[in-house]
Amino acid sequence: MTAPLPILLRVNGERVEARVLPRLNLADFLREHLKLTGTHVGCEHGVCGACTVRLDGEIVRSCLTLAAQAHGAFVETIEGLSDSGEIADLQDAFRKRNALQCGFCTPGMLIAAQDLLKHEKEPGRGQIREHLSGNYCRCTGYQAIVDAVEETARVRRERKP
Amino acid sequence: MKASAFSYARATSVSNAIELLVAHGERAKVLAGGQSLMPAMNLRLLAPEWIVDIGGLGELRGISVNAGRVAIGALTRHADLLKSVDVAAHAPLLTEATAHIAHPAIRNRGTIGGSLAHADPASELPACMVALDATIIVRGTAGERRIPAKEFFTGVYDTALSAAELLVAVELPAAARNSAHFFGEFARRHGDYAIVGLAAQAMVEGDRLNELRAVFFGVSDRPQPTKATAGLVNAAVTPASLSQALEALGEELDPPEDQQANGAMRRHLARVLLARCVAKLLDRSESGGGGRS
Repeated sequence: MTAPLPILLRVNGERVEARVLPRLNLADFLREHLKLTGTHVGCEHGVCGACTVRLDGEIVRSCLTLAAQAHGAFVETIEGLSDSGEIADLQDAFRKRNALQCGFCTPGMLIAAQDLLKHEKEPGRGQIREHLSGNYCRCTGYQAIVDAVEETARVRRERKP
Repeated sequence: MKASAFSYARATSVSNAIELLVAHGERAKVLAGGQSLMPAMNLRLLAPEWIVDIGGLGELRGISVNAGRVAIGALTRHADLLKSVDVAAHAPLLTEATAHIAHPAIRNRGTIGGSLAHADPASELPACMVALDATIIVRGTAGERRIPAKEFFTGVYDTALSAAELLVAVELPAAARNSAHFFGEFARRHGDYAIVGLAAQAMVEGDRLNELRAVFFGVSDRPQPTKATAGLVNAAVTPASLSQALEALGEELDPPEDQQANGAMRRHLARVLLARCVAKLLDRSESGGGGRS
């Protein structure tokens, strides 16, 4: 049965029903079928992190996940995280600190950074680097990205005593 | 690249998965977390005709401790191992090693069973299983087989698992009170496959090692336990006996050359790791033969 499979999932809160070929990965499903092109496809073998999305609340590589495996799951992409305002402060800090140039890695970088900030209120620079070690950036040299994540953590701590 | 076309079957139970594997044999691959299989398929290193997805089999996921044995279901994810208080208490080597496996997004999907069945010679968990004297439990139509980890890995991406069997769990002895462990690896980037790594489990009494299983990875086609440490066990460890062991290690290993390192560099890094390992197990600072820690 290389024939299309029915899948039913939620993407950024919306119910999605589709028929997909087994070989279709989640990144291509989001981009080609749903036109959610904020999820980027870089290396297609799990090294670069540009395709990072949230699946049932946990960050995953959408290039290493079949669309069929997302059946019944709750998927969140950079579009969802942006629209909800969940990472507005982090995006602001990226802008202010020049933590992006070409922007190709930025969606994955933001989702991975937000994952750290959710679990760790006061991450050290080493911890930030380790958490983002699976996300390549070929422009910035990472310093500004680490700065932006560190600053967002600080601002969030001060906001919520 | 994209994976080539395949047929997909979602297993509804362990026995259903085995039926599917019996039906499709060598033409099928088991999909667990997919963090090794999917890259290989996207790179077209593998092109199975059938994918048997066992991801929905919740009964294969979980960690339990019973009568001095730690049992870990095949679908237990790396992130589960890293968070588990049971693993931290009874198999701390695994907790430490798991932090070196890839990156958070991959640890959220990758499973212990998948990693062991894939058997990449540069990956962490196979070496840990040998160091911890684990038993790999596989199931087929004839029932269960219990395979000692040291016999399970048979070559590059090759194991004792037959095409019609499913790896369902691993079992390992809980760490004894006077046990100690060491884990170390060298990689270009945190989370990348190791250039050389070492997983070791030992019994320590005072300043002596009563027992030591030191297993290298990334130096051979499978996890490689070293015999070079024989002189360090049940004897006083002196700078002389340590440098003898390091020299023996260099002779014993015949590491491969690839784009990351040549054989001589791997041999050197292995010696550095062994020196660090002995220093940590005996709670000493390093003296002689080592390199900086």
